[in-house]
Amino acid sequence: MRRVFTALAVLAMAAALVSSGCAGRGAPPTIKIGVNAELTGDIPKVGESCKRAAQMWLADIEAAGGLEVGGKKYKVELFIEDNESKPESAAAAATKLITQDEVLAIVGPNASKVAIPAGEVCNNQKCPMISPWSTNPRTTKDRPWVFRACFLDDFQGPVVARFVTEEFNFTKAAVLYDVASDYPKGLAEFFKKAWEEIHGPGSVVAFESFVTKDRDFSAQLTKIIASGAEFLFTPQYYDEVPLILKQARELGFDKPVVGSDSWGSAELVKLAGPLSYGCFFSTHYAAAGAKGATKEFIDRFKAKYGEVPDDVAALTWDSMRIVEAAIKAAGKITGDLATDRKAVRDAMAAIKDFDGITGRMTFTEEGDPIKAAVIVKISNTGEFEFYKFVSPK
Amino acid sequence: MAYLLQHVVNALQWGSFYALIALGYSMVYSVLMLFNFAHGDIFMVGAYIGLFVATGLLALGSAGAVALPNWAVLVLTLILAMALTSVVGMLVERVGYRPLRRAPRASAALTGLMIGITFETLNLALLGAKRRSFPALIETTSYQVAGVSITNTKIMIVVISLLLMLALDQFVRRTKWGMAMRAMAVDIFVVPLMGVPINTMAALTFALGSGLAAVAGVFFGQAYPVLEPYMGMLVGWKAFVAAILGGRGSVLGAALAGFLLGFIEIFVAVVFPSTLRDLIAYSVILLILTFRPYGFFGEPYSARLRL
Repeated sequence: MRRVFTALAVLAMAAALVSSGCAGRGAPPTIKIGVNAELTGDIPKVGESCKRAAQMWLADIEAAGGLEVGGKKYKVELFIEDNESKPESAAAAATKLITQDEVLAIVGPNASKVAIPAGEVCNNQKCPMISPWSTNPRTTKDRPWVFRACFLDDFQGPVVARFVTEEFNFTKAAVLYDVASDYPKGLAEFFKKAWEEIHGPGSVVAFESFVTKDRDFSAQLTKIIASGAEFLFTPQYYDEVPLILKQARELGFDKPVVGSDSWGSAELVKLAGPLSYGCFFSTHYAAAGAKGATKEFIDRFKAKYGEVPDDVAALTWDSMRIVEAAIKAAGKITGDLATDRKAVRDAMAAIKDFDGITGRMTFTEEGDPIKAAVIVKISNTGEFEFYKFVSPK
Repeated sequence: MAYLLQHVVNALQWGSFYALIALGYSMVYSVLMLFNFAHGDIFMVGAYIGLFVATGLLALGSAGAVALPNWAVLVLTLILAMALTSVVGMLVERVGYRPLRRAPRASAALTGLMIGITFETLNLALLGAKRRSFPALIETTSYQVAGVSITNTKIMIVVISLLLMLALDQFVRRTKWGMAMRAMAVDIFVVPLMGVPINTMAALTFALGSGLAAVAGVFFGQAYPVLEPYMGMLVGWKAFVAAILGGRGSVLGAALAGFLLGFIEIFVAVVFPSTLRDLIAYSVILLILTFRPYGFFGEPYSARLRL
């Protein structure tokens, strides 16, 4: 009895395969796009935001009757795979999307630990991939098929240097950073380099460090005050920033304090309170005070899902639209997957001044965007408010 | 000049914490011949108890039940935190150390480490890894004196710490309890024969040390208002260094060494890149110990001391 069922099932599956194959050949091919998202695992919120933004994009395309490429409208299909926020699952999901679902391009994964292995698979299998949120250089390094929609951490150094120069006309900078931690150390050094490129050697008048877990910064801050610096740049986290602000103000430092995207946590305002009001920091995206297309996206997302989109949602939205732009720019769909994928990759690499809601982007040879960063001002009620876009050059 | 004075003021505040915590190490070490490695975490417990007492009192005030002025909240917080943390200290002694009084010293030291880790992880499990903000109980006012920035918080921390150290010194030297403690430091096995209740004395030693750690915790919360479960680890280790540097059994020595440590750390950071601070600071201390292996006021171990 059981054997009969098995045989029937196999037959049914074969029939399904044949019929779908026939249908595929008959109708104009649909454009398939993969989404490799962290739907379960330790950061499910990231996957959810990614999925929601992707589905919102699909709804737009469907409302327009399909995606127009070379004068023909194509139906678009999304394949959303869960990578469980695990490196091996992310690689498996990418393989499945490429070989089984035969997608044209993949958006995601978001987190670097999953984007790096998935990028390896996509690059080897020659399928274009764009990660909305991964900031680790290794995701795209030496991988012509892999792109990203966010800037790298180090990129904020030149951005902050330029912003402070334009906004305040300062010439003397002070830096205070944790020398034992990769992110602040890298950022501090990149900032110093950028600042001295603008203002000449010696214009960073104080370059002070401490080590993780330090709580007293009075020696460093006293040196900074004595150096005559006009502002302080500190790329630290909410663990230290409140203490740095408190001690600096108590020692009589009344000048601006500027930070990086590591400041972008609600905890920071909670811990630092009014001390943080009026401070600036650079980041990827800010919901409050957004204008134009960004505001329109935020409003539509809010109406659809009942919450303010986070940076993952905004960057996924841009990634989807970059894929869309690349497919359009490729000019035609031949139906031969390898040719089409190559055309999409080349078109993506050639994208110039793409107008995203998180800034205008052009890709470098590594597939990293040159784009403007958002400067956020902490308002007098402790909100992160959009202040302006600043590009590094 | 003002620049140097500013560093001196900074070092005085930073040294106060080391001194207050070092006293707890030093007392337990001299009376019971044991390193209470959980002491840094008792400091952490003190800070958290202070946090809950302070937020509780402030909440009572805003609910309209008992509206206290902020200075009264601070005083009450200090007293309650001292009392409750003393109880924690006595419990640690009763549960962790008393059963091991005749065990090898290494076992007691391990127990200390274990108790410390228990406090840290218990805090992590109960309250999560979230940072807590200690409410500011006195409005911080900065005074500019001859180009030096001094806040009222700094003055309060340094002055009250010094007063407490002085009081402890007098207690150890002038009271009967103090005399019993000093006697225990000399010979813990003969002293009970003279009618000294050593269990009570051990508990008292822990209570005093923990009380001082609680004061350090509350003041720490005022000066550096971001609390986390591992805040006592590094400070605890460094205060332990101060206790050794001060010399066994010397209240004055531990206090002085605590301040010295604060000064060395701050001034090394002034002259050298702050990256090298701990390396240079602790090399200096190693050098001092090479020439004075018993610390500043410690006595060489002799037949007079039990070991």
